[in-house]
Amino acid sequence: MTSILLPASHEFETQDIFVNMGPQHPSTHGVFRMVLEIDGEVVRDVLPYIGYLHRGAEKLCETMDYRQGIGFMDRTEYLAAFNAELSYVMAVEALAGIDVPERAQWIRMILCELNRLSSHFMFLGAFGVDVGVLGTSFTYAFRERENIFDLFEEICGDRMMYAYFRVGGLAWEVTDNFVTRVNQVLGMARQGIADLDGLLTQNEIFQARTRGIGHIPAADAIDWGMSGPSLRASGVALDVRRDEPYLFYPQVKFDVITGTNGDVYDRYLCRLREMHESIKIVEQCLQNLQPGPIVPERMSRLLRTPPGEVYIRTEAPRGEYGVYMVSNGGNRPWRCKVRSACLSNLQALRDMTVGHYVSDAVLILGSIDIVLSEVDR
Amino acid sequence: MRGLIRSFVTTGATFLRKPVTREYPETHRELPERDRAFPLLLWDQQIDEPFCTGCHACERACPVECMTVLMKDNPNHTSQGGTSSRRKIIDKFWIDYGRCMRCNICVEVCNFDAIGMNNTWSGHESSAVDRLDLVMDLQQLLSQSRAGAVKPWIAP
Ligand code: SF4
Ligand code: SF4
Repeated sequence: MTSILLPASHEFETQDIFVNMGPQHPSTHGVFRMVLEIDGEVVRDVLPYIGYLHRGAEKLCETMDYRQGIGFMDRTEYLAAFNAELSYVMAVEALAGIDVPERAQWIRMILCELNRLSSHFMFLGAFGVDVGVLGTSFTYAFRERENIFDLFEEICGDRMMYAYFRVGGLAWEVTDNFVTRVNQVLGMARQGIADLDGLLTQNEIFQARTRGIGHIPAADAIDWGMSGPSLRASGVALDVRRDEPYLFYPQVKFDVITGTNGDVYDRYLCRLREMHESIKIVEQCLQNLQPGPIVPERMSRLLRTPPGEVYIRTEAPRGEYGVYMVSNGGNRPWRCKVRSACLSNLQALRDMTVGHYVSDAVLILGSIDIVLSEVDR
Repeated sequence: MRGLIRSFVTTGATFLRKPVTREYPETHRELPERDRAFPLLLWDQQIDEPFCTGCHACERACPVECMTVLMKDNPNHTSQGGTSSRRKIIDKFWIDYGRCMRCNICVEVCNFDAIGMNNTWSGHESSAVDRLDLVMDLQQLLSQSRAGAVKPWIAP
């Protein structure tokens, strides 16, 4: 094409430009900054910067005794605080050799799965916004999430920072109408999943935006150390709940949901279908719930652990949430390292994003369900 | 096209449901009994003094060290001709609400059930212009319980 301004023979000297996205960008799901090198609209390179939310929770835990640390674990993973607490208290229990009463374990399982539901609702809502559904999916998802949080608030008094699990069991007994309330919440959650499913899954525009975007092959996903639904979407059936069972997961039946393509759409679909599995698990837990103690009979008030080290991993909504704890015999951990799924999942961001459009970069970041408090801790 | 229609059907069906939102500052949701806002000191209505003996247990157990406790001899103790069986009583008490992380540990360690988590909206709507306004002194911590406005739930 000849231009009237420039002679046809003129060669444009084009250059890639750098665009800074974040740390206060609403689509980065927290405070995350990435520098995109773009050529036109195509991303050529991604340079992520993390650490804006670093609070030194691991180091703080070294100065806290075992009960005080629980509150800090909540804050490392604020969308699924029960799951974070669980890893922490299980690590201490493993160190100290404490047996947790059955009832406490079943309740822990119920709460963790409900927390997974609420976290995935958050994902569905936020992901819809990333795709461009404006606020609709967000409000739908938050409506359901509120129901779950209402239940949590009735049980432990707080909506997000529960501080409810204790080493050895639970802080206090659940409410009397616990079972009916859980069933009620499950019913509402089912409706909410159906709503979001109807709104998004088969929508042609949604599919056009998400299919074939941010593809990562299984081998690469494993190499980057991804876990959770982001890994399972690539076709790797790794689920800590099944492969390295904790609590009573061997006693309940559930399927490990996997995808095939490992693209953004599959990661979305994996989470959506996983929510049905969570509901299944909670229903089975309710059937097994028996009255009984929620803390071991003999629990010393001053908890000391023998020297040793332990690594406990659990399946949090975003993947493997592990706590590596070293004790030197005191009443506080000598070292408490948190292995968070999000940090590992984020490593694959560059592989997933390069070659796609800038607008898809937002989508890809959203599809690994990033929580920056978990990345930075 | 089918998927799009399905989306519209979903939004249409939701449109016909009852709204779940509230006009927040005007109407408040009822809070459950166990709701945890910020810790408050409780008032012993029978003897007309605080339950708190200033034993420092909560201060030591608080993970963020946001409490300051000072105790004194109780002028109302029976040995002084008073009516109380508490030999020591709280003199000064500060809790920095700006630092408190509402973990409930202070309530758990207190042997006298003298502290409890505010379970009313007054605990949630406590924004302040200055951070120092969030440091509550003894009078502020006791006033709500003294007036009978709160009944915190304390885990058995
Ligand atoms: S509130 Fe309870 S634990 Fe704290 S100083 Fe008073 S009596 Fe002691
Ligand atoms: S609730 Fe926790 S952080 Fe707040 S004053 Fe009590 S012990 Fe300290």
